[in-house]
Amino acid sequence: MTVSVSVTVNGQRYQDEIEPRLLLVHYLRDRLGLTGTKIACDTSQCGSCTVLVDGVAAKSCTCLAVQADGTSVTTIEGLAAPGTLHPIQEAFWDKHGLQCGFCTPGMVFATHELLRQNPNPSPEDIRHGLEGNLCRCTGYQNIVRAVQTAAAAMGGR
Amino acid sequence: MSARIFGSAIRRREDPRLLTGTGTFTDDISLPGMVYAAMLRSPHAHARITRIDTTRAKSAPGVVAVFTGADTAGVLKPLPCAWLIPNSNLKVAEYPVIARDVVRYVGDVVAVVVAQSAYQAYDALEYIDVVYAPLAAVVNPQKAAAAGAPQVHDSAPGNQAFHWTVSGGDVDAAFKSAEVVVKDRIVQQRLIPTAMEPRAAVAQWTAATGELTLWNTTQNPHIVRFIGSIVTGVPEDQLRVIAPEVGGGFGSKIAQYPGEFIAVFAAMKLNRPVKWTETRSENFIATTHGRDHVQEVEMAGTRDGRITGVRAQVWAGMGAYLSAAAPGIPTILHGLMLCGPYQIPAVHEDVYGMYTNTTPVEAYRGAGRPEATYLLERLIDRFAHAIGKDPVEVRRANLIPPFTSGHTVATGLSYDSGNYAGALDKALAQVGYSALRQEQAALRKQGRYMGIGVSTYVEICGLGPSQVAGAVGFQGGLWESAIVRFHPSGKVNVFIGTKPHGQGEETTFAQIVASELGVDVNDVKVIHGDTDKTPMGWGTYGSRTTAVGGAALAMAVRKIKDKATALAAHLLEASVEDMDYADGKFFVKGAPAKVKTIQDIALMANVAWNMPAGMEAGLEASSFYDPPNFVYPFGAHVAVVEVEPSTGQIQLKRYVAVDDCGPQINPMIVEGQVHGGVVQGIGQALWEEAVYDDSGQLLTGSLMDYAIPRADVLPDIEVLSTVTPSPHHPLGVKGIGEAGTIASTCTVYNAVIDALRPLGVDALPMPMKPENVWHAVQAARKGA
Repeated sequence: MTVSVSVTVNGQRYQDEIEPRLLLVHYLRDRLGLTGTKIACDTSQCGSCTVLVDGVAAKSCTCLAVQADGTSVTTIEGLAAPGTLHPIQEAFWDKHGLQCGFCTPGMVFATHELLRQNPNPSPEDIRHGLEGNLCRCTGYQNIVRAVQTAAAAMGGR
Repeated sequence: MSARIFGSAIRRREDPRLLTGTGTFTDDISLPGMVYAAMLRSPHAHARITRIDTTRAKSAPGVVAVFTGADTAGVLKPLPCAWLIPNSNLKVAEYPVIARDVVRYVGDVVAVVVAQSAYQAYDALEYIDVVYAPLAAVVNPQKAAAAGAPQVHDSAPGNQAFHWTVSGGDVDAAFKSAEVVVKDRIVQQRLIPTAMEPRAAVAQWTAATGELTLWNTTQNPHIVRFIGSIVTGVPEDQLRVIAPEVGGGFGSKIAQYPGEFIAVFAAMKLNRPVKWTETRSENFIATTHGRDHVQEVEMAGTRDGRITGVRAQVWAGMGAYLSAAAPGIPTILHGLMLCGPYQIPAVHEDVYGMYTNTTPVEAYRGAGRPEATYLLERLIDRFAHAIGKDPVEVRRANLIPPFTSGHTVATGLSYDSGNYAGALDKALAQVGYSALRQEQAALRKQGRYMGIGVSTYVEICGLGPSQVAGAVGFQGGLWESAIVRFHPSGKVNVFIGTKPHGQGEETTFAQIVASELGVDVNDVKVIHGDTDKTPMGWGTYGSRTTAVGGAALAMAVRKIKDKATALAAHLLEASVEDMDYADGKFFVKGAPAKVKTIQDIALMANVAWNMPAGMEAGLEASSFYDPPNFVYPFGAHVAVVEVEPSTGQIQLKRYVAVDDCGPQINPMIVEGQVHGGVVQGIGQALWEEAVYDDSGQLLTGSLMDYAIPRADVLPDIEVLSTVTPSPHHPLGVKGIGEAGTIASTCTVYNAVIDALRPLGVDALPMPMKPENVWHAVQAARKGA
């Protein structure tokens, strides 16, 4: 059995027949070829698969693709125009907020969500805001710096 | 400008692709006609397989094939152990790629489904009927040594994989004449490396040519090729291993596993590309673990604080099979480091490598050295307490005095250079040690329990001289190689044999080239991870990529410089002896106005219109660097904690790390390595623990139960450094990848014990989770 979904991803509208059980993350990665979104666990603990659904951060491994029907999804490939970086991406680069880079797309979107809710977070706010995203390389310290830098660059937007 | 690029905190060139989702990891690869493999894994820790029926699975939707051990036996050779420790009565039990008659840990592969989609492959696993006859299991390495313990392998009586000893000095005499002896029993709990990227493989077979390409999440693609050719029978020259972006390893991507070779087997059998990607749940049960020691340890000393001997017995869990490097970890990388940075005249250690019905154990960040450092640092605090001295004072009294070119310790190692007291002084000054002790005393009067933990450490890194590798049974070399190629435009490609997987060597290695040759750092591209493109290398582990691979690169660059000097002399009509060089420019001594830039030289060498007689065209050099010795980074760490005895909660208030990895190529990257390393070690001290029940079920089989550190439970780490160059390394550099993890577990442990000593608590099990702390406090109160 398949169902029809219509999703706008990174500004492009897609109409697909999919299995109802298909997870959004697999739809993005396997059907649309948007492999920037990562899968690092199977229990919704790590946050690597975080994307924006209608502008709000969501763990795409915990969401069926059919639930995204009619929504607009942003993945890491679509956060900034090709060849450019969003201020969050730029800040992660500046502050060495990534090492292996596997958790990074999810971490960038968790930051996006954090700054959407709290444009001027304290270091403590940042640490609490990112506790749903796991990184094994950085010890989080430079991620905190990156988020502070991004917040400043985005000027409280 | 470019000369100073060595030592600059420039941004990493790896980052733009990783930040935009355009880097390609193994699981991101998709090939036409590709099918997906999923593994059926044993749910029993120890059982006989009495029947496997794959009939229903074979007819499930989308299924292309189902394989069992009966299919792979005789085609795929067993996985070899690659570190055969001599003089240890080593018993290497056969490690089949797919189990046939007996399963020996939860996670052992029993069957494989290949299907059109990953979903269909996992669905079909449910249709495989396996009948098991469960057997008694053993999970604790010390219990595995007991008489009557369940036997994991018939070929290893008493479950003993090896028994290795290290001795130096007269340890019996030291203990006989000791004024003070302190003893401890240490459980180095089993840890799960948990690299964020799960392991994966994509295998593509070209029947017409016999070529096989394997994309694999590995820290060492050339070793995968070497071992892979043995296991699969694909000749080494026809086997291309590509490690694309690799999302962390921490030791868990050193060994070769069933998954990649099953993908190869299936691709060849089906003549289609096959992808296998583990789930996180599989990663927890079937990707290697770390640590797992039970140690009985003791230290002898004098009342005035001199350490005179250390003696230990270690039962090191190996898991159900010997993973590739496993036997070398509790022996060479642990036992030989038993003197640490101290003048300890006599040591003896017996290490028993034990088979248990658990996931195989391998290197995990630090690999052996954290276990040695922890053992020593815990004993020293115990010793200091026994003689009523400040633990810093005892350390200071025993540290090896500063040395710049070699110091031999009782285990026989010759450390390269060190200034241990210098690092300790800096750490204590940063944290304000004496003021903290006063604050601690004041807080105790208020009923608050603050603790200060200190540790000094040295690690053996930059593995290592190949001759030593051979002598200690490592089944490979440990040199590194690099090729430097100048293009006509003056741009440079560097090809290296090691495999960065998050450490940023595309940037730091470009910095080496830029600083040595005066080219713009952005004109240097570093290529790695493809055995068809890059020269042979032995991999990234043991903090060896910069220490050994960086040296190979420096040597290759210096060959380029020699050739460029000769060519410049020819073009400037001077003799080579009269030439001078500065910042990428070659000129005749005393005549700096007339120069040939390295770009001029690169162009001429490539067009070769005007070369000196006998000089070959091109500007390219390769180097094979085999280090004359290991490198020995060191440092001193301090942690400050406050413990709430009524709840067992530990608050980590400050953490100061002073590390010495020699001259730093990129201080930003060094600092990042320290952050990550320290936090992993703190994870062991406070939260992380792989727990098996007595039947061998892993109770911490997901990120819900295995607690890796999160952002909200950590303070900022205060990172400082001292600089003591390695005397034998061409750039003086050592290594920094593991330092933080080696030092931080014991530092935090010592701080917590220091906090709780007034309550009578002098030992805690790790991780020091609130429950454990609370129980220890209660027990001490009852005992008092």
